[in-house]
Amino acid sequence: MPSGTRASSARSGTQRIRVRIWKDRYLLLLGLPGLVYFLVYKYAPMFGLYLAFIDFNPFQGILKSEWVGLDQFKRIFEDTEVIRVLWNTLYLSFLQIVFAFPAPILFALMLNEVRNQLYKRLVQSIVYLPHFLSWVVVVGIWIMFFRGEGLVNVFLRETFGWEAIPFMTDPSFFKPMVVTQVIWKEAGWGTIIFLAALAGVNPNLYEAAVIDGASRMRQIWHITLPAIRSTIVIMLILRLGTVLDSGFEQVFLMLNPFNEDTQNVLDTYVFYKGIQQSDYSFATAVGMFKGVVGLVLVMAANQVAKRFGEQGVY
Amino acid sequence: MLDLINYVLLTLIALIMLFPFLYVVAVSFSSYTEYMQSEFMLFPKKWVFDAYRFIFVSDAFVRSLWVTALITVIGTLVNLAFTASFAYALSRPVIGGKPVTFLVLFSMLFNAGMIPTYLVVKETGLMNSIWAMILPVAIAPFYLIVMRQFFQSIPSELHEAAHIDGANDLQSFWRIILPLSKPSLAAFGLFYAVAHWNNYFTAILYMNDPKWWPIQTFLRQIVVVNEAQTSLANGQILLENAPPAETIQMAAIIVATVPILVVYPFLQKHFAKGVMLGSVKG
Repeated sequence: MPSGTRASSARSGTQRIRVRIWKDRYLLLLGLPGLVYFLVYKYAPMFGLYLAFIDFNPFQGILKSEWVGLDQFKRIFEDTEVIRVLWNTLYLSFLQIVFAFPAPILFALMLNEVRNQLYKRLVQSIVYLPHFLSWVVVVGIWIMFFRGEGLVNVFLRETFGWEAIPFMTDPSFFKPMVVTQVIWKEAGWGTIIFLAALAGVNPNLYEAAVIDGASRMRQIWHITLPAIRSTIVIMLILRLGTVLDSGFEQVFLMLNPFNEDTQNVLDTYVFYKGIQQSDYSFATAVGMFKGVVGLVLVMAANQVAKRFGEQGVY
Repeated sequence: MLDLINYVLLTLIALIMLFPFLYVVAVSFSSYTEYMQSEFMLFPKKWVFDAYRFIFVSDAFVRSLWVTALITVIGTLVNLAFTASFAYALSRPVIGGKPVTFLVLFSMLFNAGMIPTYLVVKETGLMNSIWAMILPVAIAPFYLIVMRQFFQSIPSELHEAAHIDGANDLQSFWRIILPLSKPSLAAFGLFYAVAHWNNYFTAILYMNDPKWWPIQTFLRQIVVVNEAQTSLANGQILLENAPPAETIQMAAIIVATVPILVVYPFLQKHFAKGVMLGSVKG
């Protein structure tokens, strides 16, 4: 029903807006809590990024502290600890992409080959579960197993007579253990998206292949894998976009006085510097650096995904 | 032949996922003497409740469970209220809809970081309050988007019919749209609830008073920071008769996880349905 077209051309712009607001008033009311949430907890903090450009002095307060421009960011590249932390983050991401990324794919392929639906659903029920556990529980169980007197060392001692291996305190075990935990916790859940893609494969293709005499492996290679190729590509590209993320909650639990000197990642470093040592300016600068680089990476990753002919995330 | 290998491997993997639990359960029920004798066991010969009794007598532990339950219930209600209402508003042609949607999407790609967010929470007076665990995470942008897509997929005839019957947007939301979205609400409600139950780090940031620690933060003290007996003991007497620390740690892990296990079958039913409902239609 047109709202009086002849009349509205006589109204001013602001009047039209006011009419529109009145018309939408209930929707605006509904949307108010959500809007306030985003403004307060997502956008107001962006004003806090101002801290990254000053030398925050708690006695002078935010507004009176000295403006230092990009000095805090320069510190990022000069501070050896930041460089090491950056390296840890990237290396951890790299290990995750090499080991933890393919795990759900292989797993999905294996599950897809199972004919017995009951068994398949039983296995799925079991392997989806770790995804819903808290990191405290996962790392806690891990510590129970791998600490000095944990199950693993007791087993090694009683079976092979070995001395206890310092899994939890020796820094060189840190990254492999973190990656293994991620696989244990998330590989099962990660199969969902690949199984969904596999479910869309036309069964006639398999029948035709069997008639042509293709073995199981050849069927997988020529039919199954290409079907999930686009899913794999998209997931991989998106994963590359978040390469500076490192599983903060998990790493934070795994750090202890023995390995924290060498094994910090970007986010835990921001926590220690900012919250514990109250070096607000520097920690904000590091956090902002990560946010900006992350944004650029995600946007680039999305563009690359689109160029591959996929939909992209947005 | 390949099938056999596949079954064997899958069974092995499933066992690797299961085994840690079974071990934790076993140790949590083992008695002092048995624990001291043999540390490599899968099945205690005698099942005792000492560790569990110790935990549930501990005021601190029980209080932490209550705090977590409170946070989970209130938090999930807040989550659903905020998410559903905002998603609905954004799904309709409302003034300001497009720029606000862009703001939401952008916030998924870039956030100001831990320090600025921490300062905002501090300045809004939420330190040491339960609301610090609830308000800063009121809306998960991903669920918001999926819900919005779901609302957008509702045929416009329904809205028109409601409008003709004289319903305004609020009434049609409450009486028509929400009942239609029960599966989505149930699914996201479960996910939000699990996230609240499992949350430990927010309390480390904002709760300085251990009285208000949720169960996972408390569990961290027991298991990761390794202060099992001291964290839990109500007093010196209890400390003297405490079961072995490891059995306490295992029992605490089990208790902190049981709610998730209880809810798990419902989660399974919903996560395929509720989440895909929005994304497939979009």
